[in-house]
Amino acid sequence: MKDWPKLLFFTCIVRPLVLIILGLNIRHRQHLPATGPAIVVANHNSHLDTLVLMSLFPLAQLQRLRPVAAADYFMANPLLAWFATRVIGIIPIERKNRDGHHDPLAPVQAALEQGDIIIIFPEGTRGQPERMQKFKSGVIHLAKAHATAPIIPVFLHGLGKSLPKGEGLLVPFFCDVFVGPALYWQGDRTLLMQQLEQQMEALASEQGHAAWD
Amino acid sequence: MNFHPHALWALAGVFGILILATPAAHLIEKRRQLPTAGELTLRVRSWWIMVSLFSAAVLLGATVTTWLLGFISFLALKEYLSLIPTRRSDRRVLFWAYLTIPLQYYWAAIGWYGMFIIFIPVYALLVISARKVLIGETEDFLRSMGTIHWGLMMTVFSISHAAYLLALPEDVAPAGGVGLLIYLVLLTELNDVAQYVWGKRYGRRKVVPRVSPGKTWGGLIGGCATTLAVALASAPFLTPLNPIEAVGAGLIIGLSGFLGDVVISAVKRDIGIKDSGSLLPGHGGILDRVDSLTFTAPLFFHYLYYLYY
Repeated sequence: MKDWPKLLFFTCIVRPLVLIILGLNIRHRQHLPATGPAIVVANHNSHLDTLVLMSLFPLAQLQRLRPVAAADYFMANPLLAWFATRVIGIIPIERKNRDGHHDPLAPVQAALEQGDIIIIFPEGTRGQPERMQKFKSGVIHLAKAHATAPIIPVFLHGLGKSLPKGEGLLVPFFCDVFVGPALYWQGDRTLLMQQLEQQMEALASEQGHAAWD
Repeated sequence: MNFHPHALWALAGVFGILILATPAAHLIEKRRQLPTAGELTLRVRSWWIMVSLFSAAVLLGATVTTWLLGFISFLALKEYLSLIPTRRSDRRVLFWAYLTIPLQYYWAAIGWYGMFIIFIPVYALLVISARKVLIGETEDFLRSMGTIHWGLMMTVFSISHAAYLLALPEDVAPAGGVGLLIYLVLLTELNDVAQYVWGKRYGRRKVVPRVSPGKTWGGLIGGCATTLAVALASAPFLTPLNPIEAVGAGLIIGLSGFLGDVVISAVKRDIGIKDSGSLLPGHGGILDRVDSLTFTAPLFFHYLYYLYY
């Protein structure tokens, strides 16, 4: 049983935190993939985003859930690296890969190959809380290489209020989790990116949100 | 365990109503030919869960019940703070606002009336203002302090009065503090349902059309009359109130329950939403359910406290 730290962490800490301290307002849960391979795409405001997305799935799926995360941040020291890879189960990738000799997304491709459910934040960073930034194109590469894997857009709101970048104090807020219908690779990069952005916009405008600045 | 039979009978009565309401909801929706489980069925289902949780807590004793009420305050405050406009510079203040909940319910649990009654109106008011000024953001200062403290008064201070009923001297009421709590909660929720049902059946002229178009004079009068009748009939078993005082209690709960409901409606209208959340299928959020309690709990408590304690 090498996955017990993960199970323990998610049953004893993450679920109570997400369901009781925060509380989720989930819409269209039925769009979540039952099995891998699948690519879950969300906007990124907080470290909590990953934990919330992972807690949407049954515990039996836990080993299949692989958040894609920045190696420069999460592999910075051995303790954090152990936590990120063994307890959360991230796939660390290099954000600044300029040599062009190898594909930074190769480990993600391999995970999809194995039938894992990938969680990816195409904004690339948490950035300003509750402000969505332009999506980077890595997710399109993944979709192209795995045409059968559905892309499930998820819009998150409120987690950037609870725990924004640069803050250590968690303040409880109800958080919105709106899941959109799956998108598939249809042979056109710009079309898929457009569809993805449209979906996210549609999900974001499903409900008005309290002002936050 | 010295659990009074009258309190048990009252809870059994509520379950009896639910047992009757469940097929009734199905029948009504079948007659309207809805394909799937509709709003009414969902609402009754949520009632089952709420009544079961409340009954279980009450049967487990005053400590568990106080925890449950504190948790309801937490959910209500969290829902409120998630709905109103807030800012990043408010985060520390909001954190302190949450911290008042365990303290306020602790004062209620140990029966320290002096602290219980001033903690949020005085100390929380001052501490929150002080904490806010130390952050140094003056833009929208008044709005942010005003909205945060109003929320604390409604969701924490008001509702905690229900918990203080459990700390009142046991021998005054025939079924102890638990009986008083059941009386308050039962009448408040019954009043909500009765106003809704009478309004659906006989409501025509609206009371406050611009705030809540669903509220009619028919609903208000019919609902209050129902609440009054039940208040009068159950008072000798659950409260020390004599018949005339019980009529007063029924009127207080009936009218102020209505006011609590429309006040939260006005807040929602101000924010621009219909339901405060999605926690309780068929009802909306937790604020949609405890809105009337924010008025009835302190008013019923102080009425009783003035008369008997």
